[in-house]
Amino acid sequence: MGIYKWLLYVYKKLPLLAEGTLLTLELTFIAVSLGFVIGTFAGIGRLSKNKFVKTIAAIYIDFIRGTPLLVQILLVYMGLPQIIGKPIPAMLAAIVSLSINSGAYVAEIVRAGIQSIDKGQMEASRSLGMTHSQTMRYIILPQAFRRIIPPLGNEFIAMLKDSSLVSVIALEELMRKAQLVYTRDYRPFDILFAVSIIYLIMTLSISQLVRYSERRLRVNDKQ
Amino acid sequence: MTSNNGKSDAVIETIGLKKEFNGIEVLKGISVKIQKQEVVCIIGPSGSGKSTFLRCLNLLEKPTSGQIFIEGIDITSPACNIDLIRTNMGMVFQNFNLFPHMSVIENITLGPRKIKKTPLQKANQQAMILLSKVGLKEKANSYPEELSGGQKQRVAIARALAMQPKVMLFDEPTSALDPEMIGEVLDVMKSLAYEGMTMVVVTHEMGFAKEVSDRVLFIDDGLVVEDNKPELLFQNPENPRTKSFLSKVL
Repeated sequence: MGIYKWLLYVYKKLPLLAEGTLLTLELTFIAVSLGFVIGTFAGIGRLSKNKFVKTIAAIYIDFIRGTPLLVQILLVYMGLPQIIGKPIPAMLAAIVSLSINSGAYVAEIVRAGIQSIDKGQMEASRSLGMTHSQTMRYIILPQAFRRIIPPLGNEFIAMLKDSSLVSVIALEELMRKAQLVYTRDYRPFDILFAVSIIYLIMTLSISQLVRYSERRLRVNDKQ
Repeated sequence: MTSNNGKSDAVIETIGLKKEFNGIEVLKGISVKIQKQEVVCIIGPSGSGKSTFLRCLNLLEKPTSGQIFIEGIDITSPACNIDLIRTNMGMVFQNFNLFPHMSVIENITLGPRKIKKTPLQKANQQAMILLSKVGLKEKANSYPEELSGGQKQRVAIARALAMQPKVMLFDEPTSALDPEMIGEVLDVMKSLAYEGMTMVVVTHEMGFAKEVSDRVLFIDDGLVVEDNKPELLFQNPENPRTKSFLSKVL
């Protein structure tokens, strides 16, 4: 079949695909945002002097990073209802599992960001009489957050791709839309190829943004 | 000064201060008293423990054993609120350690605003007074990256002074500077000394030690080898180790 026919076919499916794309972006954005909040706490916790906090953070991070996201999604969507005794809406299950997953990866990014800040910054702040948490808040984290913008962008790209896994719980994001289309039309190559292109456009644009921010940060970071 | 258990009326007193790093003893029992308004320079070969000693005084390093009294308060006691003690002890570092994400004036006002809850306007006024004192009034809104090393260090001194400390600790404040910038920093420190600030200065600037200090401690291998007035210590060192060190640096 010719490229013209393919384009025409994709054009007809465009409204459906656009809906899916929007939900994919929405899910990714929410997951990484919540993941950022979770990850900030977990990342700080990982560096805590308090053994209990440190262990909890380590278990969370290792468990999430050491198990497949697909299992985590099903654990929330299928497994959790067995425990709490009532079903969980697919959208909620998706947001919860993706955010918790993202949080563990962001935690490692935050931890590395904090550790990359020169020890002298902590000492200078503490020598003024600032407490440890004041120092974290006003000195360490503002500098760490600027440095982790590029790796956070990469995390966003990873999550954008991985969010396709929530298609298994019938949430109609981009991947699920494609499945629905090819089970009806029997033209899986056409639609899956189109979907690949859409993912590619999204990830490439974000990686361009990441590269741009890296360049700007390098200019700002000279001390 | 109020005394505690009759222990001391010195601003700073250490008793048998020891510090180990991974089983290696860096400080081997240092007992020193520093009085109000005294300017004490600490000299000695690198690796002798002089910086470690200074960093113990505000507990940036935790001593392994021994006691440190600041205005009679034992800061090695777990009950001591070290953050409160530190507000009275300014510290200046070899590598400046300015906060790169803040402008010069923000660097200086941060402590007063967050710790003493000084209102912004008042903190800014005080910061401008300090900046003119160190000769950098026009740099108030610059960022650290835009300053030379000497300017950075003068801002760092202003930042420490903004907390209105009773003691200033200097950890090799000119060692990271290009030679032509050392003078401007030493001049600021001199004027501070003449105003009566109590100062403890770890330094390699023998000229400064001779001219400004009331006392010089020579530390070698984790111990105070010699403790004397500068004119005596420099012209007539009693200990052979002091002699050999001075013959190398003077």
